[in-house]
Amino acid sequence: MTDTLPAAGDMPATSRKDWMSDQEVRWCPGCGDYSILAAVQLLMPELGVRPENTVFVSGIGCSSRFPYYMNTYGLHSIHGRAPAIATGLATARPDLDVWVITGDGDGLSIGGNHLIHALRRNVNLKILLFNNQIYGLTKGQFSPTSEVGKVTKSTPYGSLDHPFNPISVAIGAEATFVARTHDLDRAHMMETFRRAHEHKGAAFVEIYQNCNVFNDGAFEAITTKSNRGSMLIPLTHGQPIRFGDDNELGVVSDAQGQLRIVEVAEVGEDALLVHDETRDDPGLAFALSRIATGPTMPTPVGVFRAVERPEYTESVTAQVDQAVESKGRGDLGALLRSGSTWTV
Amino acid sequence: MTDTASSPVSVDRVVVRFAGDSGDGMQLTGDRFTNVSALVGNDLSTLPDFPAEIRAPAGTLAGVSAFQVQISASDITTPGDSPDVLVAMNPAALRNELRRLRKGGTIIVNQDTFDERNLTKAGYTTNPLGDGSLSEFKLFEVPMTSLTLEAVKELGVKPRDAERSKNFFALGLISWIYTRPIEPTLEWINKRFARNVQVLEANTLAFKAGHAFGETAELFDHTYEIRPAQLTPGLYTNITGNIALAYGVIAAGQLTGRDVFLGSYPITPASDILHELSKHKNFGVKTFQAEDEIAGIGSALGAAFGGSLALTTTSGPGVALKSETIGLAVSLELPLLIVDIQRGGPSTGLPTKTEAADLLLAVYGRHGESPLPVIAAFSPAHCFDAVIEAVRIAFTYRTPVILLSDGYLANGSEPWLLPDLADYPAIDPGFTTEANHFDEDGNAHFWPYQRDPETLARAWAIPGTAGLQHRIGGIEKEDGSGNISYDPENHERMVQIRAAKIAGIAKTIPPVEVLGDEDAELLVLGWGSTWGAITSAVANVRARGEKVAQVHLMHLNPFPANLGEVLARYPRILVPEMNLGQLTKMIRAEFLVPAEVVSKVQGQPFTSGELEDRILLAVTETEASR
Repeated sequence: MTDTLPAAGDMPATSRKDWMSDQEVRWCPGCGDYSILAAVQLLMPELGVRPENTVFVSGIGCSSRFPYYMNTYGLHSIHGRAPAIATGLATARPDLDVWVITGDGDGLSIGGNHLIHALRRNVNLKILLFNNQIYGLTKGQFSPTSEVGKVTKSTPYGSLDHPFNPISVAIGAEATFVARTHDLDRAHMMETFRRAHEHKGAAFVEIYQNCNVFNDGAFEAITTKSNRGSMLIPLTHGQPIRFGDDNELGVVSDAQGQLRIVEVAEVGEDALLVHDETRDDPGLAFALSRIATGPTMPTPVGVFRAVERPEYTESVTAQVDQAVESKGRGDLGALLRSGSTWTV
Repeated sequence: MTDTASSPVSVDRVVVRFAGDSGDGMQLTGDRFTNVSALVGNDLSTLPDFPAEIRAPAGTLAGVSAFQVQISASDITTPGDSPDVLVAMNPAALRNELRRLRKGGTIIVNQDTFDERNLTKAGYTTNPLGDGSLSEFKLFEVPMTSLTLEAVKELGVKPRDAERSKNFFALGLISWIYTRPIEPTLEWINKRFARNVQVLEANTLAFKAGHAFGETAELFDHTYEIRPAQLTPGLYTNITGNIALAYGVIAAGQLTGRDVFLGSYPITPASDILHELSKHKNFGVKTFQAEDEIAGIGSALGAAFGGSLALTTTSGPGVALKSETIGLAVSLELPLLIVDIQRGGPSTGLPTKTEAADLLLAVYGRHGESPLPVIAAFSPAHCFDAVIEAVRIAFTYRTPVILLSDGYLANGSEPWLLPDLADYPAIDPGFTTEANHFDEDGNAHFWPYQRDPETLARAWAIPGTAGLQHRIGGIEKEDGSGNISYDPENHERMVQIRAAKIAGIAKTIPPVEVLGDEDAELLVLGWGSTWGAITSAVANVRARGEKVAQVHLMHLNPFPANLGEVLARYPRILVPEMNLGQLTKMIRAEFLVPAEVVSKVQGQPFTSGELEDRILLAVTETEASR
């Protein structure tokens, strides 16, 4: 499976076990979180980075236990605040690799404000949002990504709230890197995380993750091996967007800019939309995020958007450096005397 | 004609209050008058007093903005109880501020604004300038607007713009009355308005015209002089609490050798600290204007985890929003400074007015047992030292610290003998760089909750330190290893350790000193910005031959170790507070002494006069009961 991965740039100085902490992993047996953890731990040695220079910051929720299992620096914080905390850490310490682990409740409900602001600032954070469309740690209430009508403990008559589409939210929040992957495809996860890590700025990755206790099978229709061909639309930069067990389906844009799924045979390969993740205008990426209204319809996976914009922590550091260069390193005595002074 | 210029009358002190519309530039006028007075060596204390509205409708009572300053030839600690002089730029300012003026005091009004429209807006049915209602004051009517327009006519400025310079006319006039040198103000105008030559010239002409008016109008009998005060020799500057606080943060950055990170969200009256620190990036200061109060402290906590000197600045409503993160900082045991510039509450309350009612919030306002140190600044200049003390505690004990200031200290100013940082001891972050625990098999580990036996401070290793990777969080941790632990006994032990660590800080803070008459029956106990009014009131009562003792607290949690013993010596304890008795409650609970609150919650600081009366009453009562 790993043969699809590009070769690591640097000589890997670490192995998987260098990235595994001594803590016992305590997710429910069968939880999708295990495979995400494995993908990250397997990827890290390939990135040529060091555990001591890596920090995982999380909020609250099942996914937020993630940092305990990584042999890196880690901060398990409070509900929803991981992007804010990580922003401060990354800004103060741009030398570090800072990852944020969050979930659909943590990142899009209680912490929605911090998430969108971290994205629009383009802080150098790798944000992995585990979307299981349910509150797991509080034992099964609907989440901001749950489908309308969901029957849960807090919605015995069905939920009324219209859900967020995390990819649409991220694009709307001016994110410079937006991708989606799922917990049943390790190679795809690793490749997506690698791309996120390579990106300079805030990288947002939505991971469809199965909660086998409170929302089992939420993504089954699209992620089980037998369904993937016909239900997942892989996005590959520079390539026509096509899918299907025999690659017989594709995506076209009609005259009004509306995206439609078509039989390639009917329209011809040249009519297909060619995926361009670097397009400055986010309109097409947003339209792609709307092809499916939920994980029961053909759903794009991969990198929706990867554009360049000044990275926040670098800009902050540049301002400090520039101030030092133009004014000289601060002299407190001179500062105290800078107003009107008099001698007694 | 009296020879005014050559024979100024010498006075020991004067209190001037400038009042006008929010757009009239009264804060600037007061500030300039203050700075010039500082330059001639007077002691001084200021009280800016402005509304929350940026520009309420012109001419209304809601829009009145005032600035009070006391300048003195001797040591003073307050901006004065009742102004001697009120400068009122319009009828609303006169109506709003007159009640503060001392009987027989001087009123200088901008006569041009006392037309029917403005009088009606201010709620006057007759013109107070002509109806005899001001007969017990010395009233000077000066057509400031028209004289300003006349003075700047040569520049060809549009009248609406020209009129804006009238505050400089007022400043020129007051500068003449109080024999202030004009050069520093002219220099300041040159610098401040360098980019707009027309405004620069208009303000200069208006200022000179005001000064000349005083000299030639034969309106005023004589000028006044206030001799320089006998202050400790050295180099001084005039400083507000918020600026002193910002400088203290920069100084603390140098003492700890750590870069400063401020995460903050704009809020009155704390924003000036964010503004000031944002200017000083060349000190290695990073400022982050967050999306909300929670992200303000969240980002600061993240920076603290990374090893920065991290702080967040806010006011009461912001502290409420930050409470959960403060609790996390208590649990993570990371140094973090939370600055609360208190204002009137609850809720939005009185955003621009002072109050000191966040003490219980600071000491107790979190869920669970989450003790943290609380310290309070007591004067504008003291904000500098208060920050350094807060940072010393935060770093030494690995703990969040709440520093309390208030709107009065934040915007008020006083002369400050400039400190030399060499006089302050360095603050060693004491990072751990090597394994600190070896298991039975001899394997090396880093245990983040291994403690210093003396301070109980935990080991602190920052990201980037090879081999010491560790994970910490808000979940209860096992004593020592820091691993997640739900063990009941461990939780109780950790709760006790965290409490003991904070209580133990008392060992390193100076014992309280009793000022005044140690053998008095009455002790006045204060904290925070009441220091000025209490000190002045106690001095006045003692000058009358009565005995009073005074203690002022900077450390509110934990209290200094000898406080209980000191309190026990006094049969009667008065506690002036700008709240309903929060320190009083703490003192009574902690030491079982019959402390009595002297409360004021009007958005205004205590005057020394009202405290003097209250203390005298208590002295009389105590004597009578013997």
